[in-house]
Amino acid sequence: MNTTSKNIILSLLVLTSGIYAQADTLGDVQAKGSLSCGVSSGLVGFSSTDSVGRWKGLDVDVCRAVAAATLGDANKVKFVPLTAKERFTALQSGEIDLLVRNTTWTTTRDTSLGFNFAGVNYYDGQGFMVKKSLGVTSAKELDGATFCLQAGTTTELTLADYFISNGMSYKSSPSDTSAQSKKGFATGRCDALTSDQSQLYALKTTLKDPSSAIILKDIISKEPLGPVVRQGDDKWFNIVKWSLNTMIAAEEFGINSNNVNTKFKNPEALRLLGRSGNLHKHLGLDKKWAFNIISQVGNYAQSFDRNIGKDTPLKISRGLNALWRDGGILYSPPFR
Amino acid sequence: MAVFKQQASKKVPNLKIGVIRWLRENLFSNAVNSVLTLLALYLIYLIVPTVANWALFDATFAPVTNEQCGREGACWRYIIEKLDLFIYGFYPPEAYWRPQWVVILALAFVWIAKLLKQHKYKTKIVTALIIIYPIIASFLLYGGPSLEIIETHKWGGLMLTIVAATVGIVASFPMGVLLALGRQSKMPIIRFLSVVYIEFIRGVPLITILFMASVVLPLFFNEGMDMDKLLRALIGIILFQSVYIAEVIRGGLQAIPKGQYEAADAMGLSFVQKTGLIILPQALKISIPNIVGSFIALFKDTTLLLIIGLFDILSMVHLTSSDENWLGRSTEGYVFVMVVMWIILYSMSRYSKVLELRYSTDHRN
Repeated sequence: MNTTSKNIILSLLVLTSGIYAQADTLGDVQAKGSLSCGVSSGLVGFSSTDSVGRWKGLDVDVCRAVAAATLGDANKVKFVPLTAKERFTALQSGEIDLLVRNTTWTTTRDTSLGFNFAGVNYYDGQGFMVKKSLGVTSAKELDGATFCLQAGTTTELTLADYFISNGMSYKSSPSDTSAQSKKGFATGRCDALTSDQSQLYALKTTLKDPSSAIILKDIISKEPLGPVVRQGDDKWFNIVKWSLNTMIAAEEFGINSNNVNTKFKNPEALRLLGRSGNLHKHLGLDKKWAFNIISQVGNYAQSFDRNIGKDTPLKISRGLNALWRDGGILYSPPFR
Repeated sequence: MAVFKQQASKKVPNLKIGVIRWLRENLFSNAVNSVLTLLALYLIYLIVPTVANWALFDATFAPVTNEQCGREGACWRYIIEKLDLFIYGFYPPEAYWRPQWVVILALAFVWIAKLLKQHKYKTKIVTALIIIYPIIASFLLYGGPSLEIIETHKWGGLMLTIVAATVGIVASFPMGVLLALGRQSKMPIIRFLSVVYIEFIRGVPLITILFMASVVLPLFFNEGMDMDKLLRALIGIILFQSVYIAEVIRGGLQAIPKGQYEAADAMGLSFVQKTGLIILPQALKISIPNIVGSFIALFKDTTLLLIIGLFDILSMVHLTSSDENWLGRSTEGYVFVMVVMWIILYSMSRYSKVLELRYSTDHRN
């Protein structure tokens, strides 16, 4: 290699590292006056729009929370709908400041792409929907059953692993889209439908008679979904992480968007709301950052209930996504 | 001597007139045709009642929620509920007048051009309108001084489809003409560049170009310096479409008899005069059906914007049917898009027929 090309490569390296070293996403967002947030281009309960085009969903609420914390206004979000293929490029190129697109936290993604996962906003996992008439209550009883599933996803692989490790056999009936696999299930081409649980609930409501099917409790894969930021901007990483934690902790302390203005005795709640201590200083945010999240977006339970929980046709139970003290694994480190 | 007695005229046998004759001649003229007819009738019997039941008789039009709609028939309420999204995307409702005026202006300008007929300044006025219109249209849609800016990520639905298709059609046409002429050129460098460009782009599917524009291109930019996503996609579409137009027009150019070129040369016309007055008008006239054909193909291709996360009318179906209050209504959405697309594309193909007739000089008879 001659010196010129060495120099070019070196200067490119310096240039890229320079960008990372100087990254000040918070400053950029505040200068722009809006947060560019990458979301899914349509996923039931996580990111979709209502009839007037307003974005809503569990993922969308995380975007809004970060906007509330950094800009004081949960509506100052520019939603950038992304396909699964585009999402990482959009984050790498700086087109978006934050990616909340039902992205599973895996080792490869966390370590090899130059990203950091700032927490988990939904614990998903692959599950099963079966016909009630089968009388099955556990996945262990599904030996020899035929499964409808989406081809070309990791679903099939997980299913195979599960059946091999339990010494059972199965037949599969793959189709291209989730709508088609639902059709297959509805017309009786298969005994059970397997997919991520959050999607099973959505598919179930579209059956002619939703009560004719049940979703089994068993989950055969771990799909922790969370917000993603670029590596190298720890300040921004902290802000996203603690914005999510604020929603979880608010539920724990019983603070929601309706009672956020009342008096609280719990000293940790007071620190969270910025009424004592100076947590905001270390984050580089306004004193009311957490107050803004809770008053404008609400706590985790409120977000869950209005997007996928009991206030929606999906009626997904909290399950793993309940607070740690309620039998789930949702846990925020203490605010102190 | 026998006297001719007028007899009452007999009626023509039923089998030789009217409906029955038509049936015999067209549907049951021989065994194969009869079998095909019966088969077709059976297919119609299978399909039409099911579709009609779903789309009309079991369908719900009343303002109800998704649950009240039931799962037997279509729920057209979903379309009505989401109509604004299907047409304007996320464009703010208080600014709907802007795209509406863009359409009104387009119609008005076409009407003015028609009124002028043989007016002596017609060419100049029409040229001026063609140059002014895109400026006004983009100002209205995007905004600018004294008009609120509406960023392109809020554009969507049918509006986005039409913008993408129109920009693609309008911008690719002159580029296509130049490329076609370049490929015919006697200057080696221009010819070489045109051929390389045309063959390169023709060898790549549109989906690849769009991916390139949306996924790869941003990596070349510095962080923070990002080019509008719609603009990137539009450039991709124009690059792609101009090549197809170029090849269609080249076909027209090659169909012009050599005598036309020679006659133009013999009259002492310059290259520009020869091309502009003699060759292109004839070549374009011959190419009209194929040009419109590739415009129709482009219009349909714009639905590929879906895969780069732009919400054209087709991807709006995907988005709106993932609203948890309107789950499971994507079939209605796709049917709606099909009807809208058919109306637009069929109008385009009829218009091409009109153009053909208007410019027909009938060499054929």
